[in-house]
Amino acid sequence: MLIRRPDDIPSSLITPKDQYLNRRRFLRGTASGLATAGAAALGLDRLANVISPRTRAFAGTKLETVKSPLSTTGEQLTSLEDITHYNNYYEFGVDKGDPAKNAGALPTRPWTVKVEGLVKQPKTFDIDALLKLRPLEDRVYRHRCVEAWSMVIPWVGYSLSEFIKQCEPLSNAKYVQFLSYYDKHVEKWTNESTIFWPYSEGLRMDEAMNPLTLLTFGMYGEVLPNQDGAPVRIVVPWKYGFKSAKSIVTVKFVEKEPHTTWNDQNGREYGFYSNVNPNHDHPRWSQKTERRIGQPFYAQRKATLMFNGYADQVASLYNGMNLDKYY
Amino acid sequence: MSRSTITLLKTITWILCLWPLAILVWGAVTNNLGPDPIARITFSTGATTLNLLTISLAVTPVRRIVKPLAWIGPWRKLIGLFAFFYATLHLFTYIALYAGFNVQAMMSDIAKRRYITVGMLAWLLLLPLAATSFNWAIRKMGGKNWKRLHKLVYVAAVCGIIHYWWQVKPGVLSPMSNTIILAVLLAVRPVLDWIQDRKPLAAYSRS
Repeated sequence: MLIRRPDDIPSSLITPKDQYLNRRRFLRGTASGLATAGAAALGLDRLANVISPRTRAFAGTKLETVKSPLSTTGEQLTSLEDITHYNNYYEFGVDKGDPAKNAGALPTRPWTVKVEGLVKQPKTFDIDALLKLRPLEDRVYRHRCVEAWSMVIPWVGYSLSEFIKQCEPLSNAKYVQFLSYYDKHVEKWTNESTIFWPYSEGLRMDEAMNPLTLLTFGMYGEVLPNQDGAPVRIVVPWKYGFKSAKSIVTVKFVEKEPHTTWNDQNGREYGFYSNVNPNHDHPRWSQKTERRIGQPFYAQRKATLMFNGYADQVASLYNGMNLDKYY
Repeated sequence: MSRSTITLLKTITWILCLWPLAILVWGAVTNNLGPDPIARITFSTGATTLNLLTISLAVTPVRRIVKPLAWIGPWRKLIGLFAFFYATLHLFTYIALYAGFNVQAMMSDIAKRRYITVGMLAWLLLLPLAATSFNWAIRKMGGKNWKRLHKLVYVAAVCGIIHYWWQVKPGVLSPMSNTIILAVLLAVRPVLDWIQDRKPLAAYSRS
């Protein structure tokens, strides 16, 4: 059974109730320098602070990781506090702070990923089996949202291509579709938008097989916080962030380009490819620059890089494609 | 309502209206504006503008419906001017923090990004209203012309709401509550007119 019994949890991980309540008050915005310093010093417990009791048993679980040559260097990491309190996860509310407040409702165990469609044989993978499939790598990636802000995130996972090999797709599988968890009884905030759920995303087969595409299980050496897409998501660092689907439950191999949620909402604004491209503006704002999250308000905007700076690894996928047409 | 009570209430109103700004300034000084400070400042000043404008548009209907509350009249100008103040802060946030004072970039934005076009229009409509908010303006313009000019506040408010809808992601419903309240406040005026048209002998006054 995956659910740890109380005597399995070392007492060092159990937060005294008054401290726990104090941290919740802190998270609700009654900030003070002392509280910030205190929380920062808490090491192991830090991820346990940011989600509510239901999945706290798994929060802060450390993952054994190895270094990866595919990790991005030379960038300052965005703080865990910012990565876990500035999220677009509309199933849990449309404000940036809502997922941190509400995603505690997401049940991350038990969890399976179904593999369907054009494969040799449909399979179901348990999350714990997926965690053991390949060594987990530390991969720092830039993360660029279509809203023109960006972060630098130390993800934990392995290349999606390793998982795809296990799925044994047929030769006519040209695309991979990802479906995220959806339960309207759990995700009670879906009426804050007119989006149809579950969240659907997709990649072309060669994009999915690119070594950069990460089947992601954690960040900062620990399991993913719920609001960041626990327990398993993909990260496609050269595309706008909404392509990196969260909390995946189904992987489907298909022949035709699958529908994707944001493209359904507005095809003119959100194309299937959505490669980071400073030369192709969003209809409502320029994509030439971005705000790096965690900087003071007077900080300069950064110039956006083609393919989010990963052109060396991915530009060849789009040789001959008109990226203004296939945005 | 005695003079001193009104003064007290106006003072409290000043404090309440300046409170959102105080929070932003405190946040900026203590580096506590969250992960995306520019977005926080922009959203806060914009939301305050829209909310204050909406409240100022509620004054007249309340006075017409609840006769004993006629003394709240001065709050229309007070809150309206604060709305313009925050609108100007909102505009300045865009100029300084988004566009970096780059005039060419701003011209391009205003021309190409329709939510900025309509937002700019909203501010430009509020500008003459703020400028003529004082007694000497009413005297100079004449009451009738002044009233006509100040009907532009309805257009400005609608532009402001459209600016909000055109800014959010397609499908996001955040502006809905403001829209409904504003729609009610705009609709109630012709409805009150119609009701009062049917009672010609009553001592009601149109404002």
